[in-house]
Amino acid sequence: MKLDSKIPEGPLAKKWTDYKDHLKLVAPNNRPKIDIIVVGTGLAGASAAASLGEMGYNVKAFCFQDSPRRAHSIAAQGGINAAKNYQNDGDSIYRLFYDTIKGGDYRAREANVHRLAEVSGNIIDQCVAQGVPFAREYGGMLDNRSFGGVQVQRTFYAAGQTGQQLLLGAYSSLSRQIGLGRVKMYNRHEMLDLVKVDGKARGIIARNLITGELERHSAHAVVIASGGYGNVYFLSTNAMGSNVTASWKVHKQGAAFANPCYVQIHPTCIPVHGTNQSKLTLMSESLRNSGRIWVPKKKEDAEAIRAGKLKPTQIAEEDRDYYLERRYPAFGNLVPRDVASRAAKERCDDGYGVEANDTNEGVYLDFSSEIKSKGKEVAYAQGNHDPSDEEIIKLGKQWIEEKYGNLFEMYEKITDENPYETPMKIYPAVHYTMGGVWVDYNLQSSIPGCFVAGEANFSDHGANRLGASALMQGLADGYFVLPYTVSNYLADEIRTGKISTDATEFAEAEKNVKDSIDKFLNNDGTKSVDYFHKKLGLVMWNKVGMARNEKGLKEAIEEIGQIREDFYRDVYVPGSSDELNPELEKALRVADFLELGQLMAMDALQRNESCGGHFRDEYQDAEGETLRDDENMSFVGAWEYKGQDTTKAVLHKEDLKYEFIKIAARNYK
Amino acid sequence: MSSAKNINITLKIWRQKNANAKGGIETYKLDNVSTASSFLEMLDQLNEQLVNERKEPVAFDHDCREGICGMCSLYINGRSHGPETGTTTCQLHMRKFKDGDTIYIEPWRSKAFPVIKDLVVDRTSFDRIQQAGGFVSVNTSGNTIDANSIPVPKDDADKAFMAAACIGCGACVASCKNGSAMLFVGAKVSQYALLPQGKVEATQRVLNMVRQMDEEGFGNCTNTGACEIECPKGISLENIARMNREYLKASII
Repeated sequence: MKLDSKIPEGPLAKKWTDYKDHLKLVAPNNRPKIDIIVVGTGLAGASAAASLGEMGYNVKAFCFQDSPRRAHSIAAQGGINAAKNYQNDGDSIYRLFYDTIKGGDYRAREANVHRLAEVSGNIIDQCVAQGVPFAREYGGMLDNRSFGGVQVQRTFYAAGQTGQQLLLGAYSSLSRQIGLGRVKMYNRHEMLDLVKVDGKARGIIARNLITGELERHSAHAVVIASGGYGNVYFLSTNAMGSNVTASWKVHKQGAAFANPCYVQIHPTCIPVHGTNQSKLTLMSESLRNSGRIWVPKKKEDAEAIRAGKLKPTQIAEEDRDYYLERRYPAFGNLVPRDVASRAAKERCDDGYGVEANDTNEGVYLDFSSEIKSKGKEVAYAQGNHDPSDEEIIKLGKQWIEEKYGNLFEMYEKITDENPYETPMKIYPAVHYTMGGVWVDYNLQSSIPGCFVAGEANFSDHGANRLGASALMQGLADGYFVLPYTVSNYLADEIRTGKISTDATEFAEAEKNVKDSIDKFLNNDGTKSVDYFHKKLGLVMWNKVGMARNEKGLKEAIEEIGQIREDFYRDVYVPGSSDELNPELEKALRVADFLELGQLMAMDALQRNESCGGHFRDEYQDAEGETLRDDENMSFVGAWEYKGQDTTKAVLHKEDLKYEFIKIAARNYK
Repeated sequence: MSSAKNINITLKIWRQKNANAKGGIETYKLDNVSTASSFLEMLDQLNEQLVNERKEPVAFDHDCREGICGMCSLYINGRSHGPETGTTTCQLHMRKFKDGDTIYIEPWRSKAFPVIKDLVVDRTSFDRIQQAGGFVSVNTSGNTIDANSIPVPKDDADKAFMAAACIGCGACVASCKNGSAMLFVGAKVSQYALLPQGKVEATQRVLNMVRQMDEEGFGNCTNTGACEIECPKGISLENIARMNREYLKASII
């Protein structure tokens, strides 16, 4: 396997423009002769399907949900970045590029990230034109806020529901194309294999989740936009259905899988409540703009809180350890996600956690300072220059409610605690996966004709993702990159003609899928799919989680292999294959997670450094900060599939060249 | 959560093999449900129990479990998304129930939402309504004007957002004695009617969406207001009024 990133020559700022000028085109009259399959309808998939449909290609789009509007992009809360410099605070395309590269711990491709920054402004224009109701200032202009890891206000938002509004915007464009007959939508369908003919991606095998029927769909190109694989941990902020199956099948067919160990742990999630927990809920990172993070300074206070003998509001100001402000005075509570997550873990590991469960994992996110300062500001603005404490707090709470009301409400529903009166409790949780299918500059995988977009690919975030950059990448890929690069590929396909699904390759792929389904349904096992998924998740969280070490990773590789063996021997899947069967759906997905999980541990084991979402205990400085090894580890780790036992997978390296910026240590102090 | 305790409950659940089969209520006992669990986690627990007894688990729709995707549904004790107002089923917690409670769980009940299996219904009619006109016909080229070149009054933007916050779960339809989809359609029509970007096609949009809504077999609105009360996202009846105004205006022009 040879990895060719196909990064164009020339100065960074002109690469994409020059490249676009020379890409091949498909004439409008030829486009209806060409079929494209898009798998997944989140921000990347919906925007890609809509754009390609509008260009005149025949598009078939697939999602496992009951409607494309439910893709998990909808749950993103905080916002989307764009280098508009509307706030006149010194933002520019270069700065957005630089922050993203630095935030990604210098493990992303310069050229891809610069392209992302370049098109970011267009995304906002496009979405506003589509009727996305972003937050506005009183003058009618768009409002911005800031996010972790940056010092400018470049984040556009719609209350705490930005992902929802952007996805519904993309869904509206997709709906328009469906209405016009240019896109055919397959709801409640799951892709279960990629079909290759003569080495090129030529179609998929999909299962109609309602009837169970296996369907063959052919196309001249296949776009995978199926999201991330965080659910390998069982507990994560991903939707319950989020899975790796589409990307993993592509990988099994020969596409390299890159940097699987790069998993973002989000610092502001609601802590685990107990053994029946099915998933974790994120509290928007934007809360860190107004909340201060702390734990008690004294261990005995932390113990008293956990025992219910002391309330957080009873801890005096001088007895609180605002550890982020203490350790990182320049960025304070707005340090990047990986830094904030590790700092929380460090405090809890040391015994200062405040959550009363068996893990004690939890820290405070406290709004009382902000309530006081904003309350005073509002009072003054109203002409009241001598407000009472009571008035200040009332006005401050109103200010908070306007800004974060829905998040506060959500928190209270889940925890039964009122965050206006007592600090929120938060703890890091698995959120976003930076690794994924390896793609070149065209977003094409190592299989010709198979493109991968959004969270499903590996390309733009490096080892860590800054807040509000995932939505940006999803839409950039779908609206503004794939339409060009997919067309370039298809320019050579205008004479191919309709691809028949009668070919032996389709028959074989369908038979393989059918066999694996039958194997599960006929297995004489005793344990549920979730039993194995939870077991896998525990190993992943404890040994391939927020901090990893050689010993733990080696154990994890062994243990996951064992769980996989037990799974195939002892799983029980009720029901039949010709009906809606959620247990069967889960079994097929967990089978893939069991292979991927092991590969993640393999990838983490070979990466002898700490960077971004990957923290190895062995590589840290005296203050507990990450130690990167730029000399030896500045590469993309891309794995080649060699069978279900992923310890046999072969590692290929794509060297990362930093031509335009100087690699430096990430310092947020 | 330190205040969590375990309760025992009885569940009366609608089981239906498929769209054509006759359905009926089945009774299940479930012990040791933590009050910190969500309603769907309670159903997970039931399904785990059923799988261990080698019985077929109950099919129900769910996905994000953060109250935003709109995939979860369920008629719980005769109410859409259960007893708590402003809450999706996934955000309803078992602390709202008592030890020994009997809970009735049924699928959305509406002709336009046929049952697929057990508690899962087909809501693609909503998609078809949106495909009939719930969009702004702008090309996805990025070659649009700068986003700040058309100022939008904050009040309008906020109102449009409040309408756009609809999650398309269908609780409005399920709660309505007429099976009307007017809160959903009204929210979509309102979002675009309030923004300058959506104005150009306002006439065609409302006519097309309403036509599709009728074709899908949804009933009419008789201003009972159950939809607004049961809407987990607080979508206001105002949107129905605005849709009616838009529709009337479009019909006259």
